[in-house]
Amino acid sequence: MLDRRELMKRAGMAALATGLGSSRALALDSVTLPFDNGERPLVRYPQKRPMIGLTQRPPQLETPFSIFNDGAITPNNAFFVRYHLADVPYNIDPDKFTLEVKGKVDRPLKLSLKDIKKLKAVELVAVNQCSGNSRGFSNPRVAGGQLANGAMGNARWRGVPLKAVLDMAGVQQGARQVTFNGMDGPVSDKTPDFVKALDIDHARDGEVMLAYGMNGDDLPVLNGFPLRLVVPGYYGTYWVKHLNEITVIDNVFEGFWMKSAYRIPDTPNNSVEPGTAPKATIPINRFTVRSFITNVTDGAKLKPGSTTLKGIAFDGGKGIKEVAVSVDGGNTWTPAKLGRDLGKYSFREWKLPVKLAAGAHELKVRATNNAGDMQPMTALWNPAGYLRNVVETVRVTAA
Amino acid sequence: MRHQILLALAAIASLGLAAVQAAPVSYTLPEETAAFKPGTNLEVVQNNCTACHSADYIKTQPRGEKFKKDFWAAEVTKMVKVYGAPIEDADVGKIVEYLTANY
Repeated sequence: MLDRRELMKRAGMAALATGLGSSRALALDSVTLPFDNGERPLVRYPQKRPMIGLTQRPPQLETPFSIFNDGAITPNNAFFVRYHLADVPYNIDPDKFTLEVKGKVDRPLKLSLKDIKKLKAVELVAVNQCSGNSRGFSNPRVAGGQLANGAMGNARWRGVPLKAVLDMAGVQQGARQVTFNGMDGPVSDKTPDFVKALDIDHARDGEVMLAYGMNGDDLPVLNGFPLRLVVPGYYGTYWVKHLNEITVIDNVFEGFWMKSAYRIPDTPNNSVEPGTAPKATIPINRFTVRSFITNVTDGAKLKPGSTTLKGIAFDGGKGIKEVAVSVDGGNTWTPAKLGRDLGKYSFREWKLPVKLAAGAHELKVRATNNAGDMQPMTALWNPAGYLRNVVETVRVTAA
Repeated sequence: MRHQILLALAAIASLGLAAVQAAPVSYTLPEETAAFKPGTNLEVVQNNCTACHSADYIKTQPRGEKFKKDFWAAEVTKMVKVYGAPIEDADVGKIVEYLTANY
């Protein structure tokens, strides 16, 4: 067993020798996520701090939940990783990288990273959340990546508005959607390549961004270096990594990852009776409103008396209006004090001093956004385990 | 001491490159350690499934009575029909049996 310093040193030496790499599997320890079959290795990857390993190939890494207590911004080295297909671009020369813009445009473009960085830069703080975040809590359970609540993160993205690049190319009359493809692809040419689409008006809303910067640094390789799409308020499936191909089309894109995968029930709250199938579906889109307590973990033992609860809340872009906390299992609620507003797409920190008498307590947190959408007290269900946003409960004992 | 020298070398290297161009990035994943459990038809499973993904995709799926033969048959069918996995018909049943027996 290597100690931490030795691990760091070895990782550093490997990085010098082969780039961002390590030749050893560095399983540090393991964690147990709070659902059946939740044992996971804690793994060390280049550019990442120890992360919860979901799958090795293609790599999928979950953020240890304690990191969300450190602040509203998720560090790059703690940001979750999700790929679908195993042909991931591990060797990238940013000087040779080009972004192609084609299809129904007057002037097809091939832009280098330098060309893109010459355009007027914008910055935006936005949450990226995997559609399957929290899938492991689905009841009944469903197939797919069995994640707890760590497939989300909040970063300050830097890049250029997609609109600026589309305007340079000159979108033609009749354009309906824009498709996005990255350098990553399938191992077999029979597997549908990962391509996503946005409606033309959404693509040109000025907020959707081609991002090359993340929290003041380059994007980590596993988060889409050197360029990724940022679709504020929308689930991560649209945030195409290693983005190198943008195509304007005059129809509705029918690729597998839009037409068959990442669909939610076309019902008022996008849920169905647990265990049943929806009659009709639509593509997944904006985040539901969520909130978490981050400084107290389930099963914790606290001292009776005063304690301050803190956490985070976010939604799909209306902004958080209120976060309320209950220490009596949901009977009474007290509004929390909201932290600094980093923008309507960001995590919003909250805190609230509470008094806990000796005994067991069910702590609950419930957010409401500026549209009046409030987290439900009982979990909604859909067959893919998407959109989870039930009011979270943390059970503690004061003694 | 050796650590400091390495850091210095790294600093010189990155300065030198930064002046001319951005450095190409080469990323190496940790060695793949996820493995299938031993069992009948293990080889068929290894030959067919690991071309596209590591074994932990299977190990982490929900367990229990509702996640036996029908569940695994649906998953294998999805791999063939949706993701184009070139699995021969004769192997589909063997893979489903192995997964049902071991996961």
